[in-house]
Amino acid sequence: MAKGPTPAELANIDYTPPQTEWMDTPTVIKTGTFCWGAKAKNLNIVEFPNARDWNPSEEDWKLPENWQEIFLKGMKDLLGKYRSFKVFMDICVRCGACADKCHFFIGSGDPKNMPVLRAELLRSVYRNDFTMAGKILGKLAGGRKLTLPVLKEIWYYLYQCTECRRCSLFCPYGIDTAEITMMGRELMNLLGLNTDWISGPVANCYMKGNHLGLEPHAIMNSIEGMIDDIETITGIRINPSFNRKGAEILFVTPSGDLFADPGTYTAMGYMMLFHELGLDYTWSTYASEGGNFGFFTSNEMAKRLNSKIYAEAKRLGVKYIIGGECGHMWRVLTQYMDTWNGPADFLEVPVSPITGTRFENAKSTKMIHVTEFTADLIKNNKLKLDPSRNNGLNVTYHDSCNTARGMGLLDEPRYIIKNVCNTFHEMPENTIREQTFCCGSGTGLNASENMELRMRGGLPRANAVKFVKEQYGVNTLANICAIDRATLSASMEYWVPGTRVTGVHELVANALIMKGEKERETDLRGDPLPGKEGN
Amino acid sequence: MKILLPFVAVIALVFLAYAGVGVAKLHFLFGVVLPYAAIAVFIFGFIYRMFIWGKSPVPFSIPTTAGQQKSFPWIKQNKLDNPSSTLGVIGRMALEVLLFRSLFRNTKTELRDGPVLSYGSEKFLWAAGLAFHWSFLIIFVRHFRFFMQDVPVVLQMIEGADSFFQVGAPLLYLTDVVLVAAVTFLVFRRLAMPLIKYISLPADYFPLFLILGIAITGILMRYVTKVHIVGVKELVMGLVSFSPVIPDGIGVIFYIHLFLVSTLLLYFPMSKLMHFGGVFLSPTRNMPANSREVRHVNPWNYPVHVHTYEEYENDFRDKMKKAGLPVEKE
Repeated sequence: MAKGPTPAELANIDYTPPQTEWMDTPTVIKTGTFCWGAKAKNLNIVEFPNARDWNPSEEDWKLPENWQEIFLKGMKDLLGKYRSFKVFMDICVRCGACADKCHFFIGSGDPKNMPVLRAELLRSVYRNDFTMAGKILGKLAGGRKLTLPVLKEIWYYLYQCTECRRCSLFCPYGIDTAEITMMGRELMNLLGLNTDWISGPVANCYMKGNHLGLEPHAIMNSIEGMIDDIETITGIRINPSFNRKGAEILFVTPSGDLFADPGTYTAMGYMMLFHELGLDYTWSTYASEGGNFGFFTSNEMAKRLNSKIYAEAKRLGVKYIIGGECGHMWRVLTQYMDTWNGPADFLEVPVSPITGTRFENAKSTKMIHVTEFTADLIKNNKLKLDPSRNNGLNVTYHDSCNTARGMGLLDEPRYIIKNVCNTFHEMPENTIREQTFCCGSGTGLNASENMELRMRGGLPRANAVKFVKEQYGVNTLANICAIDRATLSASMEYWVPGTRVTGVHELVANALIMKGEKERETDLRGDPLPGKEGN
Repeated sequence: MKILLPFVAVIALVFLAYAGVGVAKLHFLFGVVLPYAAIAVFIFGFIYRMFIWGKSPVPFSIPTTAGQQKSFPWIKQNKLDNPSSTLGVIGRMALEVLLFRSLFRNTKTELRDGPVLSYGSEKFLWAAGLAFHWSFLIIFVRHFRFFMQDVPVVLQMIEGADSFFQVGAPLLYLTDVVLVAAVTFLVFRRLAMPLIKYISLPADYFPLFLILGIAITGILMRYVTKVHIVGVKELVMGLVSFSPVIPDGIGVIFYIHLFLVSTLLLYFPMSKLMHFGGVFLSPTRNMPANSREVRHVNPWNYPVHVHTYEEYENDFRDKMKKAGLPVEKE
């Protein structure tokens, strides 16, 4: 952060609520804690309503005249479509168990970042307009009118939630703020109130197949570059295929893996592994995005983007799909894809061609996680590994929110790491597995203009890393999420400098002994391997 | 204001019943009409609310997975916190409803200089919540001695266990003590913890004060201002058998107690107390986490406008050909 507060300044957090009641405490939209508004051109590409250029920090949000009507009608519609939304609007008892579970509250002390209060911002409008008590008693029943300041407040805090679901773990009724945020953002999209950092990738992904807007040849160029690097390191030239009909497997990963460090090292890892196995797989330039920023706008948009994966699998005639390391991608693939765009009856139940293992747990979606695939390989002794090549790395593992609380993929990546690295230490138990903390920048909040917010939200995760760094000398933070690889790099630099952020398959490829490789001098990053420093 | 108002409201209810029965002699209204109305509103209101919730579908399978998924035989699945079968879901829900498992996870976050964040165990809310709900249930069940001609053995056993310590005469029920202590703690907690106070609404204090009022009037009746207990049973049996009677000389305090209970029943379906029904419908808890194995169907799933491969190839055909990518149309 160039001009923002220093870590010491930021860590000075006051958890005392204001003297005034929250409904009477106006919200100020603060620089460093919000993302720029969506541009009209990006919303127009995906046919979203009320597209216009707008700026959240300006007084005039250029709302359509009947914005209240649109919002409330949209709310009524969603209440009829989602039992979760309806029940969660009604049954909260405000026990406060969720309050200090949110990384944004822990990092900011802002009471409106307590999950309960974030939900109450919207719930108060619900009570006012949709419940008998609220219609009669108004504020006494906890209701409030949807005024312009109220709309702005709701917007502001909907984009300070990463839908990580940590609060829902502790809620005695399982109230999931992610659901509420998703509904709220869907309502905001009816008014054109998206952010630039989300709507840009959505438009890119819709037209070009991936968030970064990489056109077909650019994807290939990027991968070519990685192939050159792999050859330099291992002496082996690998030859992946693209859009190839008749391949056994379609491989889909977040486009972040193709674009920038350290994600590219993870992508190199996948390719080295698949090459070594002689896997019959293909990349697709059309379905070149595993992630889904549509998921942060509306249900419909998420489905529109997700549709490409099955459509491409069908067109290419593959048997099943392997998905790369990504967080929200796997929430979508696990809990939404089959419902939206299935049944995938043109595919087969995934069977590992190397081990013969049948992945019964994915027999309907026909898509397996690459760490499931690799864990199975290692368990069946199909890989020659030299974990000592990772000896310089003292590793800990960050569970992504979505693979932890939207899937339960907890032990597979750990099993892999323990087999490819010699030194591994867990972070404290309240910060890992199902209790894991968000990186602080999920759900499209990984922009640069909201860096203060990101660093605040990233504090709990970073603090746990700092603990194992001081305790055990941990210097490497492994994860299975493309957004993590980008955002944790930033929050580590800020809170725990000197920590390497890495994907799991980068570690795998470092340790992987490939047939016919030359003696390796460096790891995938070009850093000398342990014992080769003098060369 | 948000604390005082519900408190005053409960006091006013007490006076209302006192004036209605003690002064205006409206025994029939407070002893028969209002209880019947309250029970009717409670039953129909409760069903109506459940029906309205149930009417909205569950479009997606969204369990919060709180443990290891089912994948390989050699990785141990957490069958209760990440259930993939109906049996697992029943187990998860039973633990949730009967033992408040999620609340049991509760931690308290503390920030010290450094910065150092720590997450200590914090079980008070869980313990008080559990004590409150269970003692309320046992007291409710104990009241069935008033609804039945002969007291069943099960009830006598519950009463026996509840008065295990044999303190005083009449024997002191443990649950009476626990209920008052737990509710008092829950009120105190809302007042003493600044953040919890900050999020609390009148609708959070009112049921606590109301239940405290019910408990106190009940306890007064049993241990202090005795009422004509045979008359009470006669009145209740009259209500149960739909041939209401108002026996003489029961004592006003009984009518106050009954009126507060009636208020609770009336208030229940339109308030947050419906969490009692809602918890069973919570999709993050009551669904199996098997959506990769079994397709979940969304009843309102509809076709959407997508950008097809054909359109994509049309946009990029030249570039694709130049890069050596296969194309469908030359």
